[in-house]
Amino acid sequence: MDLTGALQIAASELTLAVGAMVLLMLGAFMGEKSARLISILSVGLLIGASAVAATSPLGVAFDGAFVSDRLAVFAKVAIFLCSAVAIVLADGWMHRQRIARFELPILIVLASVGMAMMASSGDLISLYVGIELHSLALYVLAAFHRDDLKASEAGLKYFVLGALSSGLLLYGASLVYGFTGSMRFDDIAAVASADPGPGLIFGLVFLICGLAFKVSAAPFHMWTPDVYEGAPTPVVALFATAPKLAAMVLIARALDQGFGGIHDQWAQVLVLISLISFAVGAFGGLVQRDLQRLLAYSSIANIGYALLGLTAGTTAGVQAMLMFMTLYVIDQFGFFAILLSLSRGGRPIRRIADLAGLKKDRPLTAIALTVLSLSVLGMPPFSGFWGKYYVFGAAADAGYWQVAAAGLVASVVAAFYYLRIIKLMWFDPAPEGVEATDRAPIEAKTVALASAAFAFPLVIVGLTWLEPLTRIAATGYGAG
Amino acid sequence: MIAAVAFYVLAAVTVVSALLVVTARNPVHSVLWLIMAFFSAAGLFVLLGAEFLAMLLVVVYVGAVAVLFLFVVMMLDVDFVKLREGFARYLPIAIIVAGVLLAEMIMITVAVANGGAAADAVGPAAATADKTNIEAIGRVLYTDYVYFFQAAGIVLLIAMIGAITLTLRHKPGIKRQDVGVQVGRNAKTAMELKSIETGAGLNPEDLR
Repeated sequence: MDLTGALQIAASELTLAVGAMVLLMLGAFMGEKSARLISILSVGLLIGASAVAATSPLGVAFDGAFVSDRLAVFAKVAIFLCSAVAIVLADGWMHRQRIARFELPILIVLASVGMAMMASSGDLISLYVGIELHSLALYVLAAFHRDDLKASEAGLKYFVLGALSSGLLLYGASLVYGFTGSMRFDDIAAVASADPGPGLIFGLVFLICGLAFKVSAAPFHMWTPDVYEGAPTPVVALFATAPKLAAMVLIARALDQGFGGIHDQWAQVLVLISLISFAVGAFGGLVQRDLQRLLAYSSIANIGYALLGLTAGTTAGVQAMLMFMTLYVIDQFGFFAILLSLSRGGRPIRRIADLAGLKKDRPLTAIALTVLSLSVLGMPPFSGFWGKYYVFGAAADAGYWQVAAAGLVASVVAAFYYLRIIKLMWFDPAPEGVEATDRAPIEAKTVALASAAFAFPLVIVGLTWLEPLTRIAATGYGAG
Repeated sequence: MIAAVAFYVLAAVTVVSALLVVTARNPVHSVLWLIMAFFSAAGLFVLLGAEFLAMLLVVVYVGAVAVLFLFVVMMLDVDFVKLREGFARYLPIAIIVAGVLLAEMIMITVAVANGGAAADAVGPAAATADKTNIEAIGRVLYTDYVYFFQAAGIVLLIAMIGAITLTLRHKPGIKRQDVGVQVGRNAKTAMELKSIETGAGLNPEDLR
């Protein structure tokens, strides 16, 4: 394929990368006061890029390194929209904290370039480069509030452990390359199904370990609670959404396209990771006092459910993963927007106990948080239920009903901490002498109410278009 | 025969010095072992027929990166007693993990020896009469691998933005040199005549 055709296939990444550099120049010459303008332009750029991604031609470019199929397009549109919402949340936050800098939206845009590359990577090098591209931007974002001790700690921890996981990933990739003689997933698949030796399996396990690190699945989750607690809230809202989705799509593609012939080998690794994630997420969350740490444990458990969908190794499994992740991502934005909108005397509410008696003070927020909690807990007919319904259905159909049963038990255990939030808000009196909450910033309030409204009742309408969309995405694998 | 001997010597030296990088008590010694490992790896590249990569390894890693490491390490105030704390506590589990890894690597080595690795894969292209090593790399780097090349460029751009974002601080009250202003000075703007009362003395504040 000639270069023009390849550039058309990769048009959305190209738009974002060039746009980010233009914005960087704009920011560098206009100075710090340009932060708001750059944020607005970045949101426009991301929305434009998602339109480009949806309309650019499908195909394989750069000698198989870049695959643009319907799965990649679905993931890219979702990733770009998530990043745009994160920039909206982050812009208000950094102006309130008086640390407004134009680099934050630009770093989020560049991180989305990396995530898009992950979603459409067709060989081991583009897998690795995409992961490094987005993680490097995320490390900086975690430490963005550099005068805050906790944020610096979060950035450093994320960086060191992320470097370790990249080492695992590279070691696995080098073994896979050594034993198959190719970097491309389809060549690897041919060798893997013909003769899967111990060396190839060993490399595959390391590859899965490195990727599990990026989605914070247990037992590679140790960075998650500290980073969620320390990093700025809008940045954590990004961490919990777009990168997770990109990495899940990457795992689906690498395992299904690269190692489709040895499904039974990687399925047992995924089953183990899912089971440990269920346990760590459900039981670890029980003892948390900080809301963002609680959400970290909740995300560990939820990644377990998404991986369970992939374990099935079927089209229905990939579709279930996409459904689950899309619905989950919308819930997560609601949670973090509520965290951003709650503060007393200028200090954000971070302890779970501080939610007591919220119904009197902020009835609308209390309703939104209740809806979102019920949704993540998996109560029908809220959106979280439908995600789990598809995942458990796909896993049970593929014969993994024991693991699905374990997932059900884990969601019952995890129900405790969501129900505790609801009980605190509605049935506990506010402690004596506590001041009223501050006025909520408009953008956080809007995002919170919108995602709560989606969790119920809009999800019923949403499912009617999300279901066929994910089915098309999951079936149009690899092909144009 | 001599190539095989050279390979095994260089490989052994690389592995041993890499081991010493992580076990050496003194961080300065660690960096010196790292330089040793880079040199031996460069030797391995020469054996493969990739002279350009070998020189690159020496110039970039030994010349720049390792020396930079050395500077940083020498500026650190490392408390070695504290560094070794907890070593004995984690030793058993570390030995178990290392043992498992060792067993697996031996398995792989056996697998490779039995011809399990991609034996018929294309080896690295050596220099030929009509094109040199550098030319060969340049041709694939800017054609087949242009996507990765550009993506790596964006990674470096992010690293640069990140370093500036996290460390650059505009401190107030710093006097900076402005060449334009300096050159634009003339006698009128640079000098000021003040009449001072006889016998009253000078207050430095008045001269500002």
